Amino acid sequence: MIPEDLRYTEEHEWIRQEGELLVVGVTHFAQDQLGDIVFVELPEVGKQLQAGGTFGVVESVKTVSDLFVPVSGEVADRNQRLLEDSPDFEPALINSDPYGAGWMIKIKPEKPGDANGLLSAQAYAEHIEGEE
Amino acid sequence: MAETTLQRTALHEVHLGAGARMVEFAGWEMPVLYQGVQGEHLAVRSRAGLFDLSHMGEIWVRGPGCFSWVQGLVTNDLEAIEPFRAMYTCMTDPQGKVLDDLLVYRFPDEVLLVVNASNREKIAAWMENHLPASGVEMEDRSLATSLLAIQGPRAQELLAPLTQTALGEIGYYRFVRGKVAGLEAIISRTGYTGEDGFELYVDWDAGPRLWEALMAQCPGLAPVGLGARDTLRLESGYALYGHELTEEITPLDAGLGWVVKLDGAEFIGRSALLHQKSEGVRRTIVGFEMEGRAIPREGFQVFHEGNSIGRVTSGTFSPTLQKGIGLAIVEGHVRAAGTPLEIEIRARRCPARVARPPFVRGSVRRG
Repeated sequence: MIPEDLRYTEEHEWIRQEGELLVVGVTHFAQDQLGDIVFVELPEVGKQLQAGGTFGVVESVKTVSDLFVPVSGEVADRNQRLLEDSPDFEPALINSDPYGAGWMIKIKPEKPGDANGLLSAQAYAEHIEGEE
Repeated sequence: MAETTLQRTALHEVHLGAGARMVEFAGWEMPVLYQGVQGEHLAVRSRAGLFDLSHMGEIWVRGPGCFSWVQGLVTNDLEAIEPFRAMYTCMTDPQGKVLDDLLVYRFPDEVLLVVNASNREKIAAWMENHLPASGVEMEDRSLATSLLAIQGPRAQELLAPLTQTALGEIGYYRFVRGKVAGLEAIISRTGYTGEDGFELYVDWDAGPRLWEALMAQCPGLAPVGLGARDTLRLESGYALYGHELTEEITPLDAGLGWVVKLDGAEFIGRSALLHQKSEGVRRTIVGFEMEGRAIPREGFQVFHEGNSIGRVTSGTFSPTLQKGIGLAIVEGHVRAAGTPLEIEIRARRCPARVARPPFVRGSVRRG
């Protein structure tokens, strides 16, 4: 259920290394808690992000949730399909495919290797067991 | 989790068995959703849904003069209803501020007040403090009563086989005593969704049996939680206490002048409301629809021609309209449908337009 090859945060983001970039999204646990996603706010490409800050929001009918920056760096790309002015706008991708087509942003990290400090799949699994 | 124990309805285990996600609401543990807010919402609009509303308060008033005593507590004109009719009204304090919005059910010799769960204890205490020395008695049967609501265009069709009562003969805001699934019930054609439907009051212990009978015998009936209850009422433009109505707001501020009958009987708050009316009501509740997908939420500032005019009292993403909708309390009389507004959402001013509720017209019978 929790992909082994990814890293995680306590705020239910996942991170995947893709060359020098880090791809970021929210986990299955997060999308299940939120319900049907209807709106997403993502930062512009080029924006500088600080670890511990927020990089956007994800909204379901009932809830607004902040998205937290896992590692400091620059926004290199963002998923157009999650943005409302896109012809392919489909925020529900976060529900149906949170680790794949529901990806949110790609970060060029300030310090390569920073992602190694994040939670392993095992540690994240233990974390959510505590939350349930 | 909370330190204090939450109250549970008689249907708690039923909800868990149906896969409900439970949340705290007004001191109760209630189902917020089963399969999902949007799906449940759309099931009510297209077929029918079943709600457990047993957390609400049911206060009976009996004895000689009970009817006129209740009249002295509420803003609407109870003389306008004959037995077996219900009426929506506010209960106000001496300053005309809203203590609760509620339904008053007129029986031949007694009166039933159905109040919000969040205000039950407050209203019961208020009423006790205003009881006359003798004659009138009140009984809070909230914890002896289960309340289920079946709502949707197919509600009557689905409910009919479970009762001998001729449901088609019960008009809007009328009620009868009868039996549903063999259980004694008050069957009232009322609801909070904008759809046709019935609210069924039974004894506390009968709640689970009634639910099981309805779910077993009504094909396509969906269990619906408080999440969809809120999106349904908001699409219909209905006020929710704690949002459009509070102890800082009079019914006139909230656009509920239609439930305030200043020319009739005396009631607590009447002179304050007469005074407010003569001075001119300075606030109003407006409905609005967002132009984009941004979702308005309670507390967000509302702007008109660059000026801050008020704040959002309720906001959501409308499952039917697939856009943000909301209600706001604003100064002045920005009221015409289509008037451009801006809602400040996380430091961005997002375009919206005034829309007169209901945002969605359902199957509810009017009159």
